[in-house]
Amino acid sequence: MSFKSSVGVLILTLTGVLAVSNARAQDGLANLTGKVEIDGSSTVAPISMAAADSFSKKCPKVSVPVLISGTGGGFKRFVIGEIDISDASRPIKKAERDTATKNGIKFLELPIAYDGLTVVVHKNNSWCKQLTIDQIKKIFRADTAAKKWKDVDPSWPDREIKIFAPGTDSGTFDFFKEVVAADGAIRDDISVSEDDQQLVVGVSETESAIGFFGVAYYMQNTDKLSAVQIVNPQTGKPVSPTVEAIESGEYAPLSRPLFIYVNAKSVTRPEVKVFVQHYLDQAATLAKSVGYVALPSEAYTRAKDVLKTRKTGTSYLDAEGKAKHGAILDIYTTANIAD
Amino acid sequence: MPQARAVNPQMLLEPPRLLAEKPFRALAWVRVQELFIKTLLVICTLFSVLITLAIIVLLAVETLKFFQMPGTSVSGFLFGTKWNPLLGETKHFGIWPLISGTLWITVIAMAVAMPLGLITAVFLSEYSPRRLRAVLKPTLELLAGIPTVVYGFFALTFITPLLRTIPGLEVDIYNALSAGIAVGILSIPTISSLSEDALQAVPRSLREAAYSLGGTRFDVSVKVVIPAALSGIVSAFLLGATRAIGETMIVALAAGNRARISWNPTVEMQTMTGYIAQIAKGDVSNFGVEYYSIYAVAATLFAMTLCLTIVGHIIRKRFREAYE
Repeated sequence: MSFKSSVGVLILTLTGVLAVSNARAQDGLANLTGKVEIDGSSTVAPISMAAADSFSKKCPKVSVPVLISGTGGGFKRFVIGEIDISDASRPIKKAERDTATKNGIKFLELPIAYDGLTVVVHKNNSWCKQLTIDQIKKIFRADTAAKKWKDVDPSWPDREIKIFAPGTDSGTFDFFKEVVAADGAIRDDISVSEDDQQLVVGVSETESAIGFFGVAYYMQNTDKLSAVQIVNPQTGKPVSPTVEAIESGEYAPLSRPLFIYVNAKSVTRPEVKVFVQHYLDQAATLAKSVGYVALPSEAYTRAKDVLKTRKTGTSYLDAEGKAKHGAILDIYTTANIAD
Repeated sequence: MPQARAVNPQMLLEPPRLLAEKPFRALAWVRVQELFIKTLLVICTLFSVLITLAIIVLLAVETLKFFQMPGTSVSGFLFGTKWNPLLGETKHFGIWPLISGTLWITVIAMAVAMPLGLITAVFLSEYSPRRLRAVLKPTLELLAGIPTVVYGFFALTFITPLLRTIPGLEVDIYNALSAGIAVGILSIPTISSLSEDALQAVPRSLREAAYSLGGTRFDVSVKVVIPAALSGIVSAFLLGATRAIGETMIVALAAGNRARISWNPTVEMQTMTGYIAQIAKGDVSNFGVEYYSIYAVAATLFAMTLCLTIVGHIIRKRFREAYE
């Protein structure tokens, strides 16, 4: 009996693999079974959850649990083969890649969206047109916590800075904290709300206010708020948070690509492969629906290519294992991807 | 009652005959039925008591968990003046900023609702013609049926902009004053309706006596009827205040999310209910210290309303005027 059933499972798996690799795929989808285990970044989780949600309509028998252990926590489980997919709000690090290699884990690196932050001020704010990262730190960090605008720049008015910020457990807040106060804390005398609308109203109705939230939300409210240009620390040039500037990587450091890393061995399982295909097909739409910026379509084409050809490795580490920075289309190329 | 009811002698004769025609019910079975009905009634009555007890137990257990967590202490909670569970270098759990917010909202709300509610009640009970009252009272009670989220938006999009037009007054977009006024408007029907009931319950003879002594309608209302109905009016005020303390949606929308102690009601503040709503609907981890802090806050809130109810009870007893 057990021999029979294991043969059965084998046959099922085989037919599953065959099913997805040929035109009959659509018929077999509803009967696909199994489990796709995902863990990692809380920033990426909303997109993964949305993908899992829409996937469950297509393949109701496949369960896709999405856990949140943070990017590092996700990779920790990923590199020992505990999970199929790792949600990551940054590219894999050298140490993580090396552990994976040591454990014989190969992976596919798939970018899925951009996360970007916009720092916003009131429409009538005539002084704060651009900010350097140091000035942002001066305003938001607990150890500096500038009370008045003139404390940030002596030529700015002697008015109280009123701060509106998104919920402290949101990916947006985490990202901001990572950039501004990775080694410290965000000041506590600010108004925090999970509700982005409350932030928009707060900043748009308070002349001396400053706030931040996801780029996508700013794009829907450009008529009510002014976005502050952020001085790129590398080039020294102030950059506005436009889709183009985010795509080109110029709007740094307040934007970053988000990834999923898929265990190459897991992709041989039909349910994982179908799920990842579905994820990449829907990524642009899902990303926008949860408040992120979609990647240029070329990036998705390349990601689908990587999935099709099973090209393993990362493109974000150079030969010496140093992390690369820049526009996604410059870095994420088939030629750059290496184990 | 000395008056004897007219008894039809035929009726007195009838029952035994009727009983005789019916088969006798087994006594044991009747007792079982009676017991069953009695138990059912007791269970229904106990239901709300048990729910209250369950809530108290839940609050107590979870509050204890909160105080066992690192970084919290009972004295720090009860006497602390800083509340920053989510931000800053070290987290502080001092309840006073939240109590300050709640008190501001309640005081402002009562400053609006007590005079307006009482005046409305006096008008309805003592001045308005019967037909007008029949229209006005249901209309006023309609005010109580408006969802509080509507009042919240009303505060944010109407009262606050209105306050901002007052020259010399600097008003934050989210502020306690506007939310307090909205909570006050919300409490008017509660206070006016209950006060009016209390005024109506004052015996007609008292009014007639006062009029016969030459009192005007105002004299009668203010010097006779209101003092006579004082216990009912005070209990209406206290019910209104309890409502204001517990009001959540309006303050969550209009008062803001910054817990702080301030002497100025035009700045952003957070109440106890506002904090609970913020954490409960947010996505903070369900096992963190900030999550358990909402139980400690809820327990404080519960203790406050309980005190208010007890004070109300004492006042009611002391001021009660019995006329029967």
